[in-house]
Amino acid sequence: MHDHHDHDHDDHDHDHGHAPPQKDHDAGPMGAYEVLEEAVRSLLIDKGVLTAQEIAAQVDVMDSRSPALGAKVVARAWTDAAFKKRLLADTRAALADFGIDIGTLAEFRMVENTARVHNVIVCTLCSCYPKMLLGIPPAWYKSLAYRSRTVADPRGVLAEFGVEIPNDVEVRVHDSTADLRYIVLPMRPKGTKGWSEEQLAATVTRDCMIGTALPRARSPAAA
Amino acid sequence: MVRARVKAGNDAPPARRFSPGDPVRVADREAVGHCRTPWYLRGKAGVVAAIQGRFRNPEMLAYHKPGLPALTLYKVRFRQNQLWDRYAGPACDQLEVDIFEHWLEPPK
Repeated sequence: MHDHHDHDHDDHDHDHGHAPPQKDHDAGPMGAYEVLEEAVRSLLIDKGVLTAQEIAAQVDVMDSRSPALGAKVVARAWTDAAFKKRLLADTRAALADFGIDIGTLAEFRMVENTARVHNVIVCTLCSCYPKMLLGIPPAWYKSLAYRSRTVADPRGVLAEFGVEIPNDVEVRVHDSTADLRYIVLPMRPKGTKGWSEEQLAATVTRDCMIGTALPRARSPAAA
Repeated sequence: MVRARVKAGNDAPPARRFSPGDPVRVADREAVGHCRTPWYLRGKAGVVAAIQGRFRNPEMLAYHKPGLPALTLYKVRFRQNQLWDRYAGPACDQLEVDIFEHWLEPPK
């Protein structure tokens, strides 16, 4: 045991202070938008427009959305032709049938990848994203580099994601500018015949539904 | 909860200026404030691909105005090699953007 004590001190550099190694998440002064958010939220509660419980409930709704939800929708579309048809024609209604309420803030459109068209989604003006299906967007989706380059050089951006689209396939960029949110319906990967919806859903990543990745079949055992 | 954007009802007048297949040009004018027409498309020629419905005007909604009457929103398709002088991809590549009616004009 004496050895153990020595070992600890030999190995452990002690020239640090005694603050916890992980900073408090809100250490440092608040930014202007943090101040604004807190002020508006406090006012809405004080004036009885919203309750703190309603705000917490909405945060819970947002946290319940993730790419896994979108992947389930894609897998259903791959296995149920009638569902796919409805999903492409009336995305809101098809998602409602599937038990997903996308709310009232935006309309949704599913865009289908085919052997002739590869779709990719961007929002050059801000960061419009189908949050009610995919959850919070990745940081890069909001970056100026992705937003500005995807409209002007989509194939170059896709190549950086490891996606090479042949020159006889149209790359179709969707710049979400207004009241519609776009989600890519990727092509079902080869080698997945007979797979269950759950196995298929495991091939669909978030980026597949933005258009910056393609689903890849892994063996069903690994899926 | 807050409903910032509510789709307009069917009581809005159905008249619209353009139909799918029509060639259009994005107005080349400046705008101050919350405008949803990207700069890189101003003055560019495209084709109406679809009618997306009628939505309240975001340029008014952003300033707490009702944004009514609702405006027709068009999906407009552009050829990439007509948007960018040195577009690197093949001629088949396209870009689709939703643009409100008051930003679209007949081609010159």
